[in-house]
Parts: sequence; structure tokens; C-alpha cells
Amino acid sequence: MLSALFFYLFAIMCVGAGFMVVAVKNPVHAVLFLILAFFNAAGLFVLLGAEFLAMILIVVYVGAVLVLFLFVVMMLDVDFAVLKAGFLKYLPIGAIIGVLLLVELIFIVGAWVTAPEITAQAPAPPAADIGNTEAIGLILYTRYVYLFEAAGLILLVAMIGAIVLTLQHKRDVRRQSVAAQVGRTREEAVELVDVESGRGLS
Amino acid sequence: MTVGLSHYLTVAAVLFTIGIFGIFLNRKNVIVILMSIELMLLAVNINLVAFSAFHGDLVGQIFAMIVLTVAAAEAAIGLAIVVVTFRNRGTIDVAEIDLLKG
Repeated sequence: MLSALFFYLFAIMCVGAGFMVVAVKNPVHAVLFLILAFFNAAGLFVLLGAEFLAMILIVVYVGAVLVLFLFVVMMLDVDFAVLKAGFLKYLPIGAIIGVLLLVELIFIVGAWVTAPEITAQAPAPPAADIGNTEAIGLILYTRYVYLFEAAGLILLVAMIGAIVLTLQHKRDVRRQSVAAQVGRTREEAVELVDVESGRGLS
Repeated sequence: MTVGLSHYLTVAAVLFTIGIFGIFLNRKNVIVILMSIELMLLAVNINLVAFSAFHGDLVGQIFAMIVLTVAAAEAAIGLAIVVVTFRNRGTIDVAEIDLLKG
């Protein structure tokens, strides 16, 4: 009963926040509503017994990715009112396609016949002696270790790509050139001059 | 009123639809389009985790983690492209990014 109450709370908040993401004018508010939607999705994950994924969603996703969104939205000096101009023009076609898709998906879910062995009315309880995090670790680092490493590789490529895209060298700034420093020889750096006494260098 | 698998699937379906609706609604603003894609990926993750929990099989959660990884990479690259575009063109209006004459 209590879990049903929390399910409806999280589900309604999640869907409402998701709708506000696409409906609000100010993109900063949109990002904040997206954060709210992710928090409520993490609540749904907790209800499903996937605590580790819920924490990952909050710590990594909200903490890193959505804050990155927030930074970009705040740093770009864009006139968002202009970008919002076609809002009403695209509303009908968007609504039509959205409603069509939603009806299709609901028909699919409604006509869904699950296999007899998955007709459990509640999520399968986690094994009593082992937590969700430990269970994930036990199969992630053994059976799916290649998948795990591929994920790391994807993140590395994404990191390099983002740096390469946004790094810019300014023209007028004097930079240290290590090669030029090391390539210097004694001959071009030091000059010995015999100075006659009383004359000085001119 | 027990909460079954179809409840979670319905929430995910509604979220996915909102994501697509957002892409149609904000056809000019790249950042909101990226956020709509994030919403759709979240809906997919809810599906995966719901099936994983009701099936008693953890592989769905592993796959959801991989989807999260790819979504993070996509967001990072996408935002980098947005920043570079804004630096070069001074706008993030999708309609004005027409260098490829698409």
C-alpha cells in the first residue's frame, strides 16, 4: 500500500517534471525540472529494488551531466525568447505525433501478455544474503567485464572529443615552447666578447 | 492496487512521448532538444530496470548502466558541439546551422 502510494507520487512528479522540461520558457528552469525528473526516476528505481542504479543516477548523472547542462545554458549568451518564437507553430504537429505515439505505446502495454513466469505482481525480492550493489558487482566484473571496459573506452573517447572540440589556442598569447627551449644550443645563447680596457661595449 | 510491471512501462511510455513531443515543440533550441533526448533515455532506463526487477535478472540493470554511460558521453559531446557552434556562428538556432545545406 505504502509502496503504491510512493509509486504514484514518484511517477506523477516524474511525468509532470518531464512535461515542464519541454514546456517552460527559461532553459535554466528546464534543466532544474530535468533534475527533478531524474530524482523522481531514482525514487522509482529504489522502489524497484535497484538501489545502486538509483544512487548512480543521482550522484553521477544529476551531479555531473545535468550540472554540465546548467553550466552551458548559463554561459551561452543566447536570446532564448527568439528561439522560443516558433513554439505555437509547432505545437499542433507535435501534439498530434505525441498523442499518436502515446496511444500506440499504451495499446502495446495494454495488450501485453507477459510470460507466465514473469507474472509476479511485485518485483522479485533481492536475495536475502546479498545486496543489490554486491550482486551487480559480482556479475559486472566477471561476466560483463568486457562491456564494462568498453564503457570506459566510450567515456575516454568522449572526453578526448569534448576537449579537442572546445580547446582553443589564442593567437596573441605568448606560450611556452618546450621544444624551442630544449633545442637551444650554447652557441646561439652565449657570446663571449673580449672587451678592451677603457672602451666598454658599444 | 498493487503496482505491476505495466505501471512502470506506462510511466516510461509517457516520458518517452514527452521527449519526442519536446523535440517537435522546441525545434530551434539545441539545448532543449538535447534535454529531450536525455528524457527519452531515462524512459528507456526505467523500462530496462522494471523488466530487470520483475524478471529477477540483473542483466537489465547492467545494460541500464551502459545506457547511462553512453548518455553521459552523448551529452558531453553534444554540449561541446553546441559551445563550438555558438562560438563560431553566434547562435544555437537549429534552422541557422545550415552549412551542409541539409
